[in-house]
This record gives sequence, structure tokens and C-alpha cells, in this order.
Amino acid sequence: MTVLALDGVSAAPWDEPLLVDIRLQVSAGEVVALIGPNGAGKSSLLRLIAGDFSASAGTLAFGGQPLADWPRRELAQHLAFLPQLSLLNFPYTVEEVVLLGRTPHATGARADREIAHHALVATDTLGLRNRLYTQLSGGERQRVQLARVFAQIWDSGDMAGKLLLLDEPTAALDLAHQQQLAGAIAGIAERGCAVLLVVHDVNLAAAVGNRLLVLDRGRQVASGTPAEVLTAALFRDLFHAEVLVQQHPNGRQPLVIGL
Amino acid sequence: MITSITQRRHRARQLLAALAVLLPVAVLTGLASGAVSLGPLQALQALLTGDGGGQAAMIVQQIRLPRVLLAAVMGATLAMSGAAMQGLFRNPLADPSLIGVTAGASLGASLLIVLGGGVLQGFVGLTLVSLGAFVGGVLAVLLVYRLASSENGTSVATMLLAGIAITALAGAVGSLLEFFTDNERLRQISLWKMGGLDGANLPRLALASVVGGSVLLALPRYALALNTLLLGESEARHLGIDVNHTKLALIGWVAVGVGTSVALVGTIAFVGLVVPHVVRLWIGPDHRYLLAASALAGATLLVVADTLSRVVLAPTELPVGIITALIGVPFFISLLRQRHHYGMQT
Repeated sequence: MTVLALDGVSAAPWDEPLLVDIRLQVSAGEVVALIGPNGAGKSSLLRLIAGDFSASAGTLAFGGQPLADWPRRELAQHLAFLPQLSLLNFPYTVEEVVLLGRTPHATGARADREIAHHALVATDTLGLRNRLYTQLSGGERQRVQLARVFAQIWDSGDMAGKLLLLDEPTAALDLAHQQQLAGAIAGIAERGCAVLLVVHDVNLAAAVGNRLLVLDRGRQVASGTPAEVLTAALFRDLFHAEVLVQQHPNGRQPLVIGL
Repeated sequence: MITSITQRRHRARQLLAALAVLLPVAVLTGLASGAVSLGPLQALQALLTGDGGGQAAMIVQQIRLPRVLLAAVMGATLAMSGAAMQGLFRNPLADPSLIGVTAGASLGASLLIVLGGGVLQGFVGLTLVSLGAFVGGVLAVLLVYRLASSENGTSVATMLLAGIAITALAGAVGSLLEFFTDNERLRQISLWKMGGLDGANLPRLALASVVGGSVLLALPRYALALNTLLLGESEARHLGIDVNHTKLALIGWVAVGVGTSVALVGTIAFVGLVVPHVVRLWIGPDHRYLLAASALAGATLLVVADTLSRVVLAPTELPVGIITALIGVPFFISLLRQRHHYGMQT
């Protein structure tokens, strides 16, 4: 089942072309990782899908319907977006922040708190539940915001038809929490949720993504399984970096070794 | 600081209950105090039955009751408007007077007084001046908002600076008007600018109740939207909130409320800034409780301040804005110095 389909999508919200002719299909349960140099348009692609600006050409379909035709609230029940930066500077408790993710739903306070509990567990923030958000560290805040977007699309049963957009969710996380996040993403993907995420660490991208999409200056330059995409030639052309690409000892993915 | 949601909600309900008791007590005290001092029981008797001596009944029902109720309605409106502005701008300093509403409203009202002159009498005149204040307030806040907004959202620093600029501009144009107008109207403007609650009468109370009541009913409908707006405008949109509609509606209602209050009682400092601040400190930023609690607290504060303004130098009355500023400013400064204690970062 195709959850998200972009066909020939271009966007130029500030007159400069930001994205050009993007073609992308994401199926239920699939995890697609976006990689590319700084300024390649990775965040812009996520923001375009989240509806922050509109496409100048091409079609975006979500769940078989043009994205623009979705009623606001219904869309929010199916699509959640974690931006790179959080502006929140009011002293909500962590649990209150996570419960904000339940705003588009009318599931009732009890069900909401249960779902918030699951989301807190999935992001290892249960212990922070009663702390004030403004007094947390950067990594802790990022995990709390993650819990919020998890709660927004959480369903204890089948999650097919839902899409989670994550913009550098691991940027501020320590190694243990990066691994835990990878596990949490795999967990919701197993239940049918589609995930599209931006990561800078290519090895992490290869570990969590079924598929990688490489962007450069707003254009899509490569797409495929990690083994197909991650080659020494790609890194030379795209990142102007010399790397060694080897088989990961776990045998499931390529391993990129920088200097 | 560790606070569970259950604790916070419990505290919020306690605060609402306490304020629901305090406000009537403050109102009754306000009815009993003044140049002619009555006991609370006597005041209550005068209020309910018209008994307690003809003079007491007249003082309470015709002079003090409209005034105390006007203070309550305007205090509630100002405080709730302040809470909504602070949520919308994601900034605990976004008092309606800091972002130009008050100055714009003053200018709008002055303009109508100068242009309308002697025609503006009674209820119709008052409504027209209020309308001018409203339009002025809306224009000022829209301009400030426009100046501070870009594709990346609203810059709070730019907004405060733009507020200062618009306030200065409105002040300059207002002075220009005063410079060229005749003496009678100049006096009208300056009397009106001093404001205060001493002009309270039934028409003013009626207008305040209709407008203030509408604002007090309208703003809580945006409580959930305000809760998500604290995350950021894009985030609120991703949570299914119609952000543009919410912004316009909030700005519109606040401009109506504050514009009317400026028109009826003049500029009353710090109620809109300090009250939501203190309430948030106590029960957290959840607008489902914050808006209602701020309204009750604002009503109580203004009734108390007005009572003090009548009693402190009786029989002379101080403008109530002096009292609220004298209470508010030290409080505000101490909050600024201690903001890190309750997790506020500005």
C-alpha cells in the first residue's frame, strides 16, 4: 500500500527553486532515509510534505488523495512531523508536551494519557514525565518532542496509512538513545507506519532505512537500498569526501568509514 | 521543579475555586468601602433589598455597583486578553500595551473626539469613541504583527521593537492632534486619557458587559489552539490547528477587548501583563485553566485596586492605573529577576 507518492514535485517558495522534480513513493511500513550535503533540500522536502509551503509543479498524494484535499485535522491524525528546532519556552511539564500530540484526536483524556505513556516509554522519557520542559537538556528535549510526534500518530493496533516525518531526530542524542530511537522506528514501521527521516550519519541511515534517497541542490540524485546507494563514488561526487565502503560485520548493510 | 499533571490540574481547580470565592468578597468590600463607609452586611442588605437606609441604598446601587462591576469586567477582559497575547506571541512579556494596542486605541479614540467634537454625547458617543479605540487598536497590532512576521514565523524581539515604534508614532500623532485642537476638546481628550473608573455609569457598564462578556466567552474557545501555538506556528499547523484563522481571531478579540477598555476606563497598566504571569507561575501554561483563572484574578485585582484608589486618600480618588502600576511594577521586576526559578526563558 502506497502511503505517500510524490510525482515530479518542484517547489520554489521564495522564488529560488528549492526542490526540483522529486519522485518518491513510500509504502506502509517502509522507512526511507534522506541523505545529502547541507542545503540539499532534505528539510525542505519534509516541510513540503508537512504542508509548510506548497509545490509549484507535480503532484503530492497521501493515502491516495491529493495532500491539499485532506481536511486539516484528519491529516494531523495521520501525519506527524518533528522539525529540527523547537521553539517551546513555556514551562510545560514533559507529559503535557507529549499530550499536545493528542490535540487532533478526540480519544478522551484517559486514552490520551495511556498513549502518552507508550510514547514516553518508546523514547525513554518516562522518568522525565514530571519535569519542566524548559529545564531539560537539548537531547532530553529532542526525545520529548519525539514522544510528542509518536503520540500524535500512535495506535496500539495497525498503523498502516500513517506517516512520520523526522528531521534529524538523532542530532542531539547520545549513542544509546540513537540506538533506542532506531529500535522505536523499527517498532512502529513493523506495525505499518511509514517513516521518512533526515539523518546525517550515513551508517545510521543505512541501519534504519529500508531505502535511501540522496538529494543534492534540490535534485534527487540517487535512490535505492543502502547497498545500492552508498558507494565510494557517491561520497566523492556528492560530499567531496574520501571514504571506505565495506560490508558491515553484521552482514546486513554497508559500512561507511570516514577518516 | 517536579510537578505531575494531576498535581497541576488539582492546583488549577483549587485556584479557580479560591478566586471564585475571593472575587465576590472583593466586590462586596468594594461596595462597602468609600467616602461613606458601610459594613459588609449593610452593603449586602442595600444591594439586595434597597434597604439599610435610603442613602446607603442609593450609594451602593447607583454609584458603587456600576463602578465595581465595571472594574470586574474590565479587569477580567484585560487579564484574559493578556494571557491570550502572551500565548499567541509565545512570549510572557507580550502585554497588549507593549505591542501597540493601547497606544493605537488611544489615538483612535482621540481622533474621534477631535473629529466628532460636541456630537459625541451619551451612549452613542461613547460607542463611537469605543469603536475608534477598537479600530486604532486593531490597526496598531496588525501593523506590529506584520512588521514582526516573516516566512520563519514571528520574531518576538522585532515585535517588541515594532510595538515601541508604533507606540511612539501613535503618541506623536496624538500630540499633534492635541496641539491643533481647541481647548474644549483638548480638555475632553485629557480627561478621557486619564480614564479611571470614576466615570462608571449604567451605559458604560452595559457596553463593557456586552463587549467584555463576548471577549471572555470567545477567547477560551481557542485554549487548545493556544496550547499548541506555544510549540510554534508550524507545529500547531501540523497538529491540525487553523493557525491563520486562530491568529486573526485572537488579535481581533484582544483588540476589541483592550480597545473597549481603553475607551471606557483609560489605560490601566500591568493587569494584562502581571496577572497571567503570576497565574502561569502557579498552575502552568495550560490555557484551558490559565484563561479562566487569569480572568478571575484580573477582575479581583482591579476591583481591589479600585477600592484602594478610593480609600487611600479619601475623599480624593487616585486614578486606578497608578495603583495597578504601583502593585504591578515591583512584582514584575521581581519576576524578571527570578524567571529561571520557574523554568521561564525569555
